[in-house]
Amino acid sequence: MCFTSNFWSLTIDGLNNGFLYALIALGYTLVYGVLQLINFAHSEVVMTGGFAGLFLVTWWVGSTNPSGGMSVATVLVGTLFGAIAGGGIAFLLERVAYRPLRRRNAPRLAFLITAIGASFFLFSLAGKLFGRDAQSLPQLYGNGRVFSVFSGDVRIYDAIVAGTAIVMLIGLDRLVAKTRLGQGIRAVAQDAETASLMGVNIDRIISQTFIIGGLLGGSAGFLLGMGSSVGYTMGFVPGLKAFTAAVLGGIGNIRGAMLGGIVLGLVENWGVTCVRNSWRDVIAFVILVLILMFRPTGILGERLGRSA
Amino acid sequence: MTALDSLSRPVRPGRVHQWVRDARTRRLLGWAVGGVVAAIVTGPEGRLGQPAYSVSHALRPGHLFLCVGLALAVGIAFEVWLRYRGQLVTAAAPARAEVLRTWRRAPVRLATYAVLLVLLIVLPGALLGSYWQGVLVEQIGIYALLALGLNVVVGFAGLLDLGYIAFYAIGAYTTAYFTGALPVHPPFTLNLFFVIPLAVAAAMFAGLILGAPTLRLRGDYLAIVTLGFGEIITILAVNMDSITNGARGAFGIPPFSLHLGPLKYQWGLTSLPYYYLLLIFGAIIFLLFSLLENSRVGRAWTAIREDEVAAQACGIPPVKYKLMAFAIGASTSGFAGVLYASKISYINPSSFTVTFSILVLVFVIFGGMGSLVGSIVGAAVLQTVFAYVRKNNTVDPADIYIYVGALLIVMMIFRPQGIVPSRRRAREIGMAEHGVGSADALAAPVGGPAA
Repeated sequence: MCFTSNFWSLTIDGLNNGFLYALIALGYTLVYGVLQLINFAHSEVVMTGGFAGLFLVTWWVGSTNPSGGMSVATVLVGTLFGAIAGGGIAFLLERVAYRPLRRRNAPRLAFLITAIGASFFLFSLAGKLFGRDAQSLPQLYGNGRVFSVFSGDVRIYDAIVAGTAIVMLIGLDRLVAKTRLGQGIRAVAQDAETASLMGVNIDRIISQTFIIGGLLGGSAGFLLGMGSSVGYTMGFVPGLKAFTAAVLGGIGNIRGAMLGGIVLGLVENWGVTCVRNSWRDVIAFVILVLILMFRPTGILGERLGRSA
Repeated sequence: MTALDSLSRPVRPGRVHQWVRDARTRRLLGWAVGGVVAAIVTGPEGRLGQPAYSVSHALRPGHLFLCVGLALAVGIAFEVWLRYRGQLVTAAAPARAEVLRTWRRAPVRLATYAVLLVLLIVLPGALLGSYWQGVLVEQIGIYALLALGLNVVVGFAGLLDLGYIAFYAIGAYTTAYFTGALPVHPPFTLNLFFVIPLAVAAAMFAGLILGAPTLRLRGDYLAIVTLGFGEIITILAVNMDSITNGARGAFGIPPFSLHLGPLKYQWGLTSLPYYYLLLIFGAIIFLLFSLLENSRVGRAWTAIREDEVAAQACGIPPVKYKLMAFAIGASTSGFAGVLYASKISYINPSSFTVTFSILVLVFVIFGGMGSLVGSIVGAAVLQTVFAYVRKNNTVDPADIYIYVGALLIVMMIFRPQGIVPSRRRAREIGMAEHGVGSADALAAPVGGPAA
C-alpha cells in the first residue's frame, strides 16, 4: 500500500486533523440535532475564532518570541478567546438570522438559504475588514518533538491540538449526558414541541446549543490558524469536511461526530499518499458521497437527542 | 412559549417601559443597528496587520450618522407605509381590479408581450454602448438562463443546489473538448450547435450521478453535497492538467457558426448577435419551462412541495421527480456553459468557483422562487447594479458577495417569495408558516431512506 512508508507520521497528522474536524463537526451535529438545519455559516464561526485568536495573540506578544510559561499562557488565552468569539458570533447568528425565521415557522428551505447567505456575508465581510491575504500567527513556541511513536514524531502542536480537543470533547460529552442543559438539548432534539410543553424554554436551549457549537468551532479556528494561517476563507473547506465527519459518524450523534472526525482525518492523510497532495479535498468529498450511498445513517447511527 | 414567557414576567407599568416594549420602537432600533452594520460594510477596505483600521474608519461620525440616518429614514417611511397600507390598498382596489380585468383579456396580454419582445429586440442595439451590450450578454443573458434552470430546482422542486455552476463548468469544458481547445483531442470536432446536445447530456449525466445517491436521503443533504461538488469541480479542473490544461484553461473556443445551404453566418466578437441568439434560446427555454410548470410533472413537484407524504400516498414517486428537477436544472446550466464558452472563447477554472453558484441563487431568490419572470428580472436587475458598480469602481468587486449574502438573509426574513412572486409559491410559504405543508422538498422520505 502507498501509505505504509510514512505510516506513523501520517497517522499522527491524521489524528491532528481529525481532532480539529471533530471539534468543528460537533457544531454541525448539535445544531442539526436541535433544528434539523445544516448551519452553513458554522465555517465562518471557525474563521471568526481564528481571527479573534490571531488579533489577541498578535497584540499581546508583539514581535517577541514567548517561551516557557508565557507560551502556555498565550496558547491557552488564544484558544479561549477564539472560543468566546466563536460562541459570540454563533449566538448572534442564531438571533439575527435564524430566530426571525423560526418565529414565523418558515420553510426549511428558507433556513438553508439564510445559512448560506450568512456564510457569504460573514466571510466576505471578514475579507474586507481584515485584508484578503492569509496571515500567520506569531511563533508562540518552538514546535519541538514531544515524543515519538515508532517513526512518527508527535510535536508540540499535535499535543496542544489533541489535549484541547480531548478535554473539550469529554467535557461536551458529560455536559450533554449529565447536566440540565444537556437534558434540555436532548429533549429539544427528540421532540421540540413536546419539550416546550414540558416547560423547556426552547429559545434558550437553541441559543445555548449554538453557543456551545460556536465555542468548540471557535477554538478549532484558533488551533487551525496556529497550524497554518488565518484568512477569510479558512473555514470553508474544514467546514465541508467537518460536515462530512458529522455525517460519517451519524448526524445528530455527538460521539459519532467525534469518531467521524478522527476517522476522516486518518483516512484523508493515509489516502492522500496514494494520490497527489492537491487531491486531498477530493477524498473527503468522495467519502461523503460513498457514505450517503451505502450507509446514510453513519457509523454509529443517527441518534438525535439520546444521551451521548 | 411566548405566552408562557409573558405569564412568568412581571408586568411593569409605566410609559417608558411600554415605549421600549413597543413593536415600533424595536423595529426602529433594528433599523438603527442595520445602519451601523451598513456603515461597517460600506467602510474603507481593511489593511493587513491593522485589524481595527477598517471598522474604526467606517465608524467615524460623518459616515456613521449618514448610514444610521438613512436607515432610520427608511425605517420611518416603512412605518408610515405600514400604517396607511390598509387604506391605500382599499383606495386602490377598484383600479387594481380594473387593471387585472384588462390584463386577463387575451388580446391585451398578447399585445403587451409582443411590444415587450419588440422592445427587447430593438432597444439594445439602438440604446446601449458596447460595454452595456457585453453586460447584457455575458452577465444578464447567460445568468438569466442559469437562473431559469436553477429556478426549476429551487422554485419548482423545492430543493437547494449550491453547486449549480459545476454543471455550467461541465457544459463549458465539454464545448472546449469538442471544439479541440483542450490538450486531449476529440475524435471529431463539431459545430457548436451540435455540441449543445452533448454538453446538455454531459451535465445531465453528472446531475443524475450526483443526485441519485443524495436525493433518496433528506433533501437538505443535496445542498451540502452540491456545495462540495462545486468546490471539487474547480479542484478537478485545476489538477487534471493533461485533460483540462490546468489553471491556464482552454483557449480559442470558436464562436457559433451556421452553414445551412446558402446561408452562412458566423457569430463574431461583438455582443449583439449573441444577444439575439440568447434571446431565441432563452425564449424557447422560458416557454418550455412554463409549459413544464403546469404539466403533469410540474403538478407532481407542487404536490411534493406542499405535502410529500400525501403526494407519495397518491402514487407520486418523490425521488424520481426530485431527480428529474435536479437533472433539468443541471442540463440548463450545461447549456448556458456552451453559450458562455463560445462567447468568451476561453475558459479557466476560476470562472467556475462556488461563489458564482451563490450569485445565481441570489437572482432566483431575489426575483422570486418558482417565478420564471422573477428569475429573469432578478438576474437583470442585480447584474445591472453589479455591472454599474464594477464600471464606476464604487465597490471593490470582491465586496459584492457581502451584499449578496446580506440580500439572501434579508429576502428570507422579510420577503421569501421574492419581488416578482409566483402566486402559488407565495401562498405555499404562507401556508407552511401556518403549519400546513412544508413549501419545500427537504424532509426525509417517509419510513427512512428509500432503497
